Amino acid sequence: MLDIKNLKASVEGKDILKGLDLQVKAGEVHAIMGPNGSGKSTLSQVLAGRDTFQVDGGSVTWDGQDLLAMPIEERARAGLFLAFQYPVEIPGVSNAYFLKAAVNAVRKHRGLPEFDAMDFLTRVKAEMKAVGMKEEFLYRAVNEGFSGGEKKRNEVLQMALLEPRLAILDETDSGLDIDALKVVADGVNRLRSPERALIVITHYQRLLDYIVPDHVHVLSQGRIVRSGGRELALELEEKGYGWIGDAGEIHAAPPAAGGA
Amino acid sequence: MKTATPARKIDSFLDQEYSAGFETLLEADTLPKGLSEDVIRVISAKKGEPEFLLEWRLEAYRRWLTMTAPKWAAVDFPDIDFQDIVYYSAPKKKDGPKSLDEVDPELLKTFEKLGVPLHERARLAGVAVDAVFDSVSVATTFQKELGEHGIIFCSFSEAVKTHPELIRQYLGTVVPPSDNFYAALNSAVFSDGSFVFIPKGVKCPMELSTYFRINARDTGQFERTLIIAEEGASVSYLEGCTAPMRDENQLHAAVVELIALDDAKIKYSTVQNWYPGDKDGIGGIYNFVTKRGDCRGARSHISWTQVETGSAITWKYPSVILRGDDSVGDFHSVALSNHRQQADTGTKMIHMGRNTKSTILSKGISAGRGSNTFRGLVRIAPKAEGARNYTQCDSLLIGDQCAAHTFPTIEARNPTAHVEHEATTSRIGEDQLFYAMQRGLTAEDAVSMIVNGFCREVFKELPMEFAVEAQKLLGVSLEGSIG
Repeated sequence: MLDIKNLKASVEGKDILKGLDLQVKAGEVHAIMGPNGSGKSTLSQVLAGRDTFQVDGGSVTWDGQDLLAMPIEERARAGLFLAFQYPVEIPGVSNAYFLKAAVNAVRKHRGLPEFDAMDFLTRVKAEMKAVGMKEEFLYRAVNEGFSGGEKKRNEVLQMALLEPRLAILDETDSGLDIDALKVVADGVNRLRSPERALIVITHYQRLLDYIVPDHVHVLSQGRIVRSGGRELALELEEKGYGWIGDAGEIHAAPPAAGGA
Repeated sequence: MKTATPARKIDSFLDQEYSAGFETLLEADTLPKGLSEDVIRVISAKKGEPEFLLEWRLEAYRRWLTMTAPKWAAVDFPDIDFQDIVYYSAPKKKDGPKSLDEVDPELLKTFEKLGVPLHERARLAGVAVDAVFDSVSVATTFQKELGEHGIIFCSFSEAVKTHPELIRQYLGTVVPPSDNFYAALNSAVFSDGSFVFIPKGVKCPMELSTYFRINARDTGQFERTLIIAEEGASVSYLEGCTAPMRDENQLHAAVVELIALDDAKIKYSTVQNWYPGDKDGIGGIYNFVTKRGDCRGARSHISWTQVETGSAITWKYPSVILRGDDSVGDFHSVALSNHRQQADTGTKMIHMGRNTKSTILSKGISAGRGSNTFRGLVRIAPKAEGARNYTQCDSLLIGDQCAAHTFPTIEARNPTAHVEHEATTSRIGEDQLFYAMQRGLTAEDAVSMIVNGFCREVFKELPMEFAVEAQKLLGVSLEGSIG
């Protein structure tokens, strides 16, 4: 489904990704772990198409297509979803309006009939219940004044509604208490299916207790330095990131880079 | 990087042309450039005006000669040479059309092209229209039906002939010629406009509207609108405006007067789309307009709603004098300035009666190198016991080269007055666009969603068909880049 080869990316002249390789097949859940500044968020933003990052080399193939040549919204419509680490507030635009517009843009692209207001409300209310969001959030402006946990639930809600083929969760667990974390994980697990793939980016292994990955990768200084199964995450938990140095070619966690 | 960026996407979407920028070629009866007492006499004679009106014009002109153009607005433009303007231009006609069938088909085509329904069979539109082309009104629809209710809706020139007593009684009682420089100029040279009279107790059964079109070159448009709602009457009135694209600036200096007697209600909506000039600020209309409503009677209500997307420069403060006890004034405004457009707009709410209420809701959008200024005055007179005002002033910035300013003035001279003011400034950020696009929306959808969300409270005050038009217009008018 997704084939990343030797991907290099920089921001403001600073190299962040330095030749990253990753293959994701349908049905798989990949966890990407790594210390701050290792390039985890850069990877997610580059895959989603954010232009503040410059792609300097390598390729990303999505179902045989050149993903990097696709406009941002085309990637989204083709089924690539990014759950933001810091969901953006859009004052003045109601969540309901935003969600409906997004869902219909994606449905239209897939040749499905667009939801009318009634269909949409029925659908969205059911999904909101599942992620534990009160209906009033439909009528509030997108993410405006939401708490950290509410924002993350709103991301999971959007993911459920948009039914992506590949969902990237960028530190969705950060800032969540254990209850919110479970709700988010439940939402993600409900989406798991043989047709869908997930990339879970996280600093902590805690989330992986709830979203059990098939593959775990360790990202350090812009490269994947270790890959393994679930047990790799546990090892990291036990030994910390400093330990990577013994197995990989990298020593000691790099200084935190801005923008990653 | 190969992907389309939000900023670049916006650019291409926003590079939409001004669609009303065409010119109609017609034989016109045009006076030479320049202004003098003789020019005023000619205008008055051409319109067959009674003596009192000519005198009124001449007095305004003499007054104007002693005045200087206001310089306090936050707009910047070279001095206007008032002798370099044509003060009267009218499509040539033999006797003036008696019905629509006699209107020059070229003119009908022009208005059709602009989406203005002049054919009465376009009943579906449900709107009676007065179409003003350069200096004169060319057609007014539904006059007969309205007449059955005792409503007078016609061009100003026609009203001067058919109801001189009403003109004499009300003209200049809200905006006297001496009010300001442009009002004095307008009073001297106004050529046409609309006149509306709603008699006692009558609720106007349809929306009334005037469509202003500047066509001729080097011509100023000076229209005069007068709306009177007698006791218990109500009316909703809309105005729309367009002009061809030209490299020269053209002056539009209108005066609108509204008078509401006891329990009367006047709702006045504007969608102003004069040619704004090109993206480097060449050409465009100077829109210097005085609009004022007088809540003369108790419990009367005057409401201004404006969507200002056009014009190179807008200088306009639709105001309400709350004279009657318990009267209500509203001002709802969306003003957009893009490229080099400059807008200095706002309102004055003058509370004189007891328990008078006013609401000001202003939404300013600045994009490109546009500059948007809100200027407001809330004055509570000593006798305005229990007066209340609520003002909300929001600015939205698109890109990083535009400007937004807010100048609210509050003068409360009665201790029981209750005045509130809120203001916000926000910006459409690259992160918001990226977020929306990551959800499958195009950059243009995202921008218009954000802008429409920003303007929603004002749009909902517009009559339905205008609200739709206003939304579309805003989409087309937004041209700029994201910082």
